[in-house]
Amino acid sequence: MDLIGLTGFNILVAIATLVLLALGLGVIYGMMRIINLAHGEFLMLGAYATALATNHGVNIWISMLIVSPLVVGIFGLLVERLFIRFLYGRMIDTMLATWGLSLALIGLVTTLFGTTVQGVSAPLGGFAIGRYQGSLYGLFLVACAAAMLGGLYALLRTTRFGLIVRATMQNPNMAAALGVSPPRIYMATFALGSALTGLAGGLLAPVSGTAPNMGVAFVAKSFITVLGGGAAFVTGTGLASTLFGIIDEIATERTTPVFGEVALLLSAVILIRVLPQGITGRFFRRST
Amino acid sequence: MALNRRQFVQIGAAAGLIAAPMINRRAYAAEPIKVGSLLDLSGPLGSSGQTMYDAIQLAAAEVNAKGGLLGRPVQLINYDTQSTIQLYSQYAQQLALKDKVDVVHGGITSASREAIRPVFDRFRVLYFYNVLYEGGVCDRDTFCTGTTPAQTVNKLVDYTLKNFGKKAYVIAADYNYGQITAKWMKKYTQDGGGSVVTVDFFPLDVTNFSATIGKIQEAKPDVVLSALVGSNHTAFYRQWAAAGMKSRIPIASTTFGLVNELATLDAKESDGIITAYGYYEEIDTPASKDFVKAIRDKFGASVPYIGELAAVTYEGFHLWAEGVVKAGSVDRMKDIVALESGISFDGPSGKVTLDHATHHTIRNAYVGKAVNKKWQVLQSFPNQAPADTAAVCDLIKHPNTDKMFVIDVK
Amino acid sequence: MAGAIASGWASFAAMLLAGLVLMFGLPHVFDLFGLLQMTVFVAMAVLALSQGFIWGYGGIMSFGQSAFFGLGGYTYAVAVMNLGDSTGAVALAIALPAAFAALLGYFMFYGRISDAYVGVVTLTVTVILFNVFNSTAGDWYTIGNAPLGGFNGMPSVPPLNIPGHPDEPLDPGQLWYAAMGSLILVYVLLRGVLASRFGRVVVAIRENETRAMLLGYDPRLYKLLTFTLGGGIAGLAGCLFTNWGSFISPTAFSLAQSAQIIIFVLVGGLGTLLGPILGAVAIQYMVTLIGAQQKVDGNLIVGVVLIGFVLLVPQGVVPVVRNVLQRLFVRTPRGGTAPVASEARP
Repeated sequence: MDLIGLTGFNILVAIATLVLLALGLGVIYGMMRIINLAHGEFLMLGAYATALATNHGVNIWISMLIVSPLVVGIFGLLVERLFIRFLYGRMIDTMLATWGLSLALIGLVTTLFGTTVQGVSAPLGGFAIGRYQGSLYGLFLVACAAAMLGGLYALLRTTRFGLIVRATMQNPNMAAALGVSPPRIYMATFALGSALTGLAGGLLAPVSGTAPNMGVAFVAKSFITVLGGGAAFVTGTGLASTLFGIIDEIATERTTPVFGEVALLLSAVILIRVLPQGITGRFFRRST
Repeated sequence: MALNRRQFVQIGAAAGLIAAPMINRRAYAAEPIKVGSLLDLSGPLGSSGQTMYDAIQLAAAEVNAKGGLLGRPVQLINYDTQSTIQLYSQYAQQLALKDKVDVVHGGITSASREAIRPVFDRFRVLYFYNVLYEGGVCDRDTFCTGTTPAQTVNKLVDYTLKNFGKKAYVIAADYNYGQITAKWMKKYTQDGGGSVVTVDFFPLDVTNFSATIGKIQEAKPDVVLSALVGSNHTAFYRQWAAAGMKSRIPIASTTFGLVNELATLDAKESDGIITAYGYYEEIDTPASKDFVKAIRDKFGASVPYIGELAAVTYEGFHLWAEGVVKAGSVDRMKDIVALESGISFDGPSGKVTLDHATHHTIRNAYVGKAVNKKWQVLQSFPNQAPADTAAVCDLIKHPNTDKMFVIDVK
Repeated sequence: MAGAIASGWASFAAMLLAGLVLMFGLPHVFDLFGLLQMTVFVAMAVLALSQGFIWGYGGIMSFGQSAFFGLGGYTYAVAVMNLGDSTGAVALAIALPAAFAALLGYFMFYGRISDAYVGVVTLTVTVILFNVFNSTAGDWYTIGNAPLGGFNGMPSVPPLNIPGHPDEPLDPGQLWYAAMGSLILVYVLLRGVLASRFGRVVVAIRENETRAMLLGYDPRLYKLLTFTLGGGIAGLAGCLFTNWGSFISPTAFSLAQSAQIIIFVLVGGLGTLLGPILGAVAIQYMVTLIGAQQKVDGNLIVGVVLIGFVLLVPQGVVPVVRNVLQRLFVRTPRGGTAPVASEARP
């Protein structure tokens, strides 16, 4: 029984991690059809912002929850202004430009901070699940992921800003005719997605560490989750994270980590084969 | 300060006196001895390569400060292989065919070594591999100066059996080094009367260890033996501490702290982890202190941890230099014969001797414990032989062997 | 129209001649090292051609061309170690990746997976292969007498030999002729394919899939064949690469490798055949130079070059240069045949 509790808890943490990894990417891809291959490096920047701020005496909660999203959000805004905006509608070119950005960021961070940076350790500590130990910080991650999903859903479904954003994504020309400025909406969306990614990077820094190349390990998983989720990206990211999190965690628990990873990737390939439009391309179509 | 003419002439004359022998020496030693260096200075392995590059630059500078080798200066030719195997092959060819170097020191991963070793065999270049690895290379043109599992894993497991208990759980990186080291961990644990409950392997890009931490709790071992590799795997130690496991089950590792883990982790995450290496920066001998001071003086106080990678590279270079002096030549075959004659060097880690039969080193091994982001050296074991490689490789009897054996651990 | 065809033949003849001149001329100009370096550049140029063909003409965005490259390399290594003679090994190194591409292509195109998803599926398959080959370190992963070797890869792979004479291996100088000869053959093959009815349909599908379908062509079949051909060529490139270094390791499957191929094609010019070749040689030369200096991080330079190209020269170097040359030397009336013809011309 205790073991089931621990496994259940681990599955929740795995799902939360996938949600955190994918949500910022989902905003940018789901609303703008931009495949941001520098997504992993945006996470890395978030982690660095948290680590550097904390090591300079800022309270760790402030670094994670405020500094990271702010820094990466502003960085995303700059990136959008400096070159993404010239590439709208050119999907492949955006992919390549962001790929270049990804390499350049790895190089730049290595040059500025070296390959070694003092990381931050997880606050809070452990708690008992029967005879076993779970990480309280993991519980905090689950809460954050839920809050981010819920908050984003509410933002898009209930506010005026959300309505305008969704309208612009559906039909930019019509939105423009109604007095909305699509370029400004794109800019805001990209910054929002970047900020969410930065927040995720900051939150994950205490468990995954900070290194210039850390983003590479995350990027494939993030994409699979977003694409597996499909068009309604908030619901989709939630559902796909749940599915992949459960498969990965149970396969790892029952067999080996190698098989867990392969099982996740294979199930993603099969999912895309069965549901080429992602989960929400077939189910829950009316959600966001 | 204004100079009058007389002072000016005096200074000029003094400068001339100092300069004269230098000009002389340069004219005399027209042809430098070329040493190739192939290391990843950028990309994921950059942090390992940088410390090795510092060490080889220091060694070359020291040799040159003493007038070079055989009266000729040593010239270092270095290429950054950028953590890609293709560039290893490419630059190896460049060093052998274009730069025509006399020796190459380099390679970090076993994959990179196996990519360049055939190139140097083919184009007849002496090759030194200065990294700890899984053992088994048996090639007369190649010298491996780092530690192998028999030298360190053995000591590490002995320590955990004695101090922690008999039941071990092994976690290792899923590639050759991890797989082979895990076999050695299992063998030594069983030899010492203990048992290994589970062996888990992790691909190098895994960062989420929660399922494994659950499995370890379920198995309740006395100790976790880790051969995890790379910055992604460092996440294990963070998640282990975050789950509050730190005080419950101790960890011993053959890889932790080799590069920069102590600098990136918090003391409360790393304290108490036991490791075994051929060298620690904290080793309290004059040679070790001088070495650490020389590196910090030359490259600044910001140089991160100076560990086995740096020390072994430094010692590998000096061993080669001793061989050249003894042979009186940079001819490849003459150097090999000289190096096989039992050359030794007193380096920062202690006395290091080249073993003829395996072309590996007989060197000291140490066991250390992480205490407040430093290593506290607990035990030292002088003159440890590379027994694992010796079991499969005998270059005295079969000098023409050119192979990497996968040592069959029984 | 007749003029365009004639100029097509002229450019083809010029390219072929240039290729042959390089093939037989370079050994007299370069020393052994230079020749070896050109050999690996040419092997990667073959790989770039495969990507340039399926992406630039077939409109298939594959992020996993390195999967076929790595498979080709491994197939050659395993086959030559078991067969002894390299001739069958080369054939296998082309056939097996092509078969794998056919299988994967069937899965994707007949499943009507959209374009972006094709990218993700190929990427995922590459990651899986990378993981699988990485975990083949144990003794039981031995095919015949060829151990796969896990992350360390397979060293000392025997080189090509004179067909039928396993005891007469090619020396590095002769390997150059094999590599450059392969590049020329692949180029000629692709020119032929593009000039054929098949090639025109492939380009038509890239331009407008729905319209081509309504005209009675099955896009799935054409994409599948294009992808399979691309897989086979990438396999050949892997075989040449393994020959050059006598070595193959799982990093052949890495994402960095896939990224590099795409950069070759993009910088050289999408929708051309000459572009990927020149892109491959130029970029590799640049990366080699970067490694000889220690001042600037390599990733930073490559990243900035890539961003610069996407923003400033998005169509790649070759199309830009060709347009400039055409404007200088060929007085075509504006709106004439030039823009249309450039679609299918290498």
